[in-house]
This record gives sequence, structure tokens and C-alpha cells, in this order.
Amino acid sequence: MSLTRIYGLFLRHFYLITRSFPRILDLVYWPTIQITLWGFISNFFATHTTYYNNAVGVILTCAILYDFLFRTSIGFNMLFLEEIWSRNFTNLFIAPMKIGEILTSLVITALIRSLIGLVPAVLLTSPLFGISILELGIFLFFLFLSLYIFGITLGILVSSGLLRFGPSFENIAWSTMFLLAPFGCIYYPIETLPEVFQKIAYILPLVYIFEEARNILINQTVDIENIYNAFIWNALYFTLSIILFYYSFNAAKNRGTLINMGE
Amino acid sequence: MKNLIEVKNIKKNYGKKQAVKGISFNVQENEILGLLGPNGSGKTTTIGMLLGLLKPTSGQILINNLKLENHRIEILEMINFISPYIELPKKLTVKQNLNVYAKLYKVQNIEERIEYLSEKLRIEELLDSITGELSSGQKNRVSLAKALINEPRVLLLDEPTASLDPEVGDFVRTFLEEYKKEKKISVLLASHNMSEVTRLCKSVLMMKNGEIIDQGTPDDLINKHGRTNLEEVFLKLSRSKSEFN
Repeated sequence: MSLTRIYGLFLRHFYLITRSFPRILDLVYWPTIQITLWGFISNFFATHTTYYNNAVGVILTCAILYDFLFRTSIGFNMLFLEEIWSRNFTNLFIAPMKIGEILTSLVITALIRSLIGLVPAVLLTSPLFGISILELGIFLFFLFLSLYIFGITLGILVSSGLLRFGPSFENIAWSTMFLLAPFGCIYYPIETLPEVFQKIAYILPLVYIFEEARNILINQTVDIENIYNAFIWNALYFTLSIILFYYSFNAAKNRGTLINMGE
Repeated sequence: MKNLIEVKNIKKNYGKKQAVKGISFNVQENEILGLLGPNGSGKTTTIGMLLGLLKPTSGQILINNLKLENHRIEILEMINFISPYIELPKKLTVKQNLNVYAKLYKVQNIEERIEYLSEKLRIEELLDSITGELSSGQKNRVSLAKALINEPRVLLLDEPTASLDPEVGDFVRTFLEEYKKEKKISVLLASHNMSEVTRLCKSVLMMKNGEIIDQGTPDDLINKHGRTNLEEVFLKLSRSKSEFN
């Protein structure tokens, strides 16, 4: 692995973001709107239901966590799509970069993109709604890490599709998170789902992450097993996504997708 | 002279369709080889295979005696490519783009290299301009700077002067001639501009339907086919279905 190459590809996206005020605004705008909206909904629920009585910030905290996941996944896809839209894809793949270097660079860049959006949104929650996500304590780090890994995993899976099928796969890039969201039990406990959906939910790391966030905030206890399960499923899906990416890269070399990607 | 590019009986099939049907050729150091052929003849597929973007169905490619399938990264470090169909990120300045690619190719003394290329290609005043706002002639010179950022030993050119006005086209051709002579690089030039090929190329491969149907120096081909210029030879070979199919 070459740090210079990883930094070079990071620099390409760093220049792109920092050169354009609308791009920075776009990164901050949606998370802030999302958090503000869910903040008011959360306030309403807290005063009208008994379930959330003890934890005013449950919905808002889960909204912040979900937004982080969403931004990470979309952010990763965006980095890949940027190369296709700018017709720079061929230049990138004829540069002497290993697949691992490309992925590492995109993973780091996606994290920075997500944090640019997340930090202002998180800072807003305290003065606006009197809620701090930091109430999750040290376990907040593990939940974020788990969400980050899953977001990146989804990004790599979608990028594999883009490699394999070309730009026509772009629409899937935008819809992946929406497909998984109902099974993630982001805003409701898993018991809310029909039994068959619960079985699907249990093989996703999301349900463990969001169940644990609610558990910490509502019951003030920590169930390490949830965090452990989330990491186990994450490790499995992340490994599969890397294998699929390599497979798609080789398939693209056989099918000629790489050479026609910008067209 | 040493062969920097060696292509040995490469084939590329897409399902049942044979895009390249077992072609072989070499390009020596300090040589520009022209690759001619009508659209769909297999030129781009051949270049794609040389760049490692396409995997040959069979056959072997060696760059500087290294097998492409086993030494992809080392080979990509010593080659580069320019085509009007690919672009540099439009929102970045010219200097930012060159800086990014210099890092991807692990160029030492990046500032010096950019300065040298900027001067040679007359893009000094464009370095702080947004790449997407340049004219096609300016973009072409910037793409050429990117293609030379790693001091490639092998340069693959796909219609490098397409859509350029005659003055810029001539500047690019003159530059390529001088650069090749100075650095002793190997160049594979795919072009539809016959006067360009006649001027730059020591020898020419004529491709049609995935096969090499003729080869030689431009003068040899003109004499052999009893024509007055390479364009007439190209038209004759492109149209003579029965002879080559």
C-alpha cells in the first residue's frame, strides 16, 4: 500500500469539496435539516407518549445515527460516481493504484465527508432541543464505528454494482439505504416488525445498533452482546463486499465496462 | 533496438463476438507505431488490453519485458494514455489535477515536473484555471501534461488531435515528435488523421474486424496498394470486404 497514492486520491476529492461552497453547503444542509425536523418530532412524541417519557432524545439520537450511516454510504457512492460523471474513471483505473489503495482512500474521504455534515448537526441539537448525543457515553464510539463500517460496506457493494453493470446501476446507489431502513428498526423496536421481517432484521447489524442505542438511553444499561453482534455481522458483510468488489473489478475487465464507463 | 511493447497473439471475445482475433505486433524504443482502422475494427479494445482495462481472452502482452497479467502496477507506472474521450476532473484547477496525478504516479519533485511540462506545453498561464473552463485545445495540452507527468516510457494515444484546430494540432504533433526523440519513448498512435500518421509514424498497422490486415511503413503501404496517399490506402482496405473477410 502506498500512502502517497492514497493521499493523492484523497486530495482529488478534498480539492473538489474545498473549491466549491455549494458542495460544502450541501454536505451540511441535509443533515442539519434532518436533525432539526426529527428534533421537533422527537419533542412532540416525548410529550405525548409514555414510551419515550424517560428518554426525550431517543428518536433524535437514532435520527443522528441513521443520518451518519446514510451520509457515509451515499458519500462513498458519490466519490465513485464523481469519477464517472467527470469522465475521469479511465484515468483513475490506468493509474498504478491497487484496488486496496483506491478503497482505503475512498473510505477515509467518505468519513471526512460524513463528519463535515454530522458535526454541525450534532452541535445544533444541544441548544435547540437540550439533547446531547454524548449521553451514549463511550459506547457512542462503538455505535458510530459500527454504522460507519456498515455504511462503507453498502458503499462498496453499490460501487461493485457500478463496476459490474456500469452507470446504469446509479439509481440503485441512491435507493439502497431506503430498502434497508425498514429492517434496521431505526425508530421502533424490532417487535414492531412482522415475524418474517424480524428474521431478516436479525441478520443485519443495524437492528443491534439501534436496539442498543435505545437500550442505553431508555434503560440506562448496556448490553454488550448487541454491540458484539453488530460487529460480527459487520465483519461478515464487509468481507463479502471486498470480495465482491474484486470480483466485479475482474468481471469489468472481462466485459469491458471499465473502458466505456464514462460514456 | 529494444521492444518496449510486445503483443503476442492476443484475442478478445465478448461472448460469441470476437473483437480482436489474435493479433501480434511490437513497438520499439524511440518508435511511433500507427494503429489504423475503421470504427469497430478493434483499435480501442487493443489499447484497453494494453492499459490493463480489459483482460485478453488469450495471448500475452509484455511491456518492457514484464508480463502485464503479473506486473500490472509496475507496468502502469511506466505507461500513460491520452484520449479525447476521457477527461480530467473539471472542477479542479489545472495545477491541482497535475498535482493529484503526480501523487498517484508517485512522481518525485512534483513542482519541478509540473514546471517543466507547463513550459514545454505552454500551459504556464493556465495552471490556476479551472480545467472545465478551458478550450478544447487547452484541455488537450493539459491532458498531454497529465499523460507525461510520470515520464512514461510507453505512451498510448487515441486520436490525440481529434477536434483540434490545425494550429494546435500541429503544435501537439511537433511536440510529440520532439519528445519521442528526446526521451526515446515508444508510442502507439490510434488515429483517423492520415496525414498525422504519415508524418509521425515509422510503421503502421491496418486493422479491420479485429485482425491486422496489412502493415508496413506509410510509403510501403502507399506503393504496395498503388495509391497516392495513406488515406486512399485506408479507404481501399476498409471497403474491400471480400478480400479480407
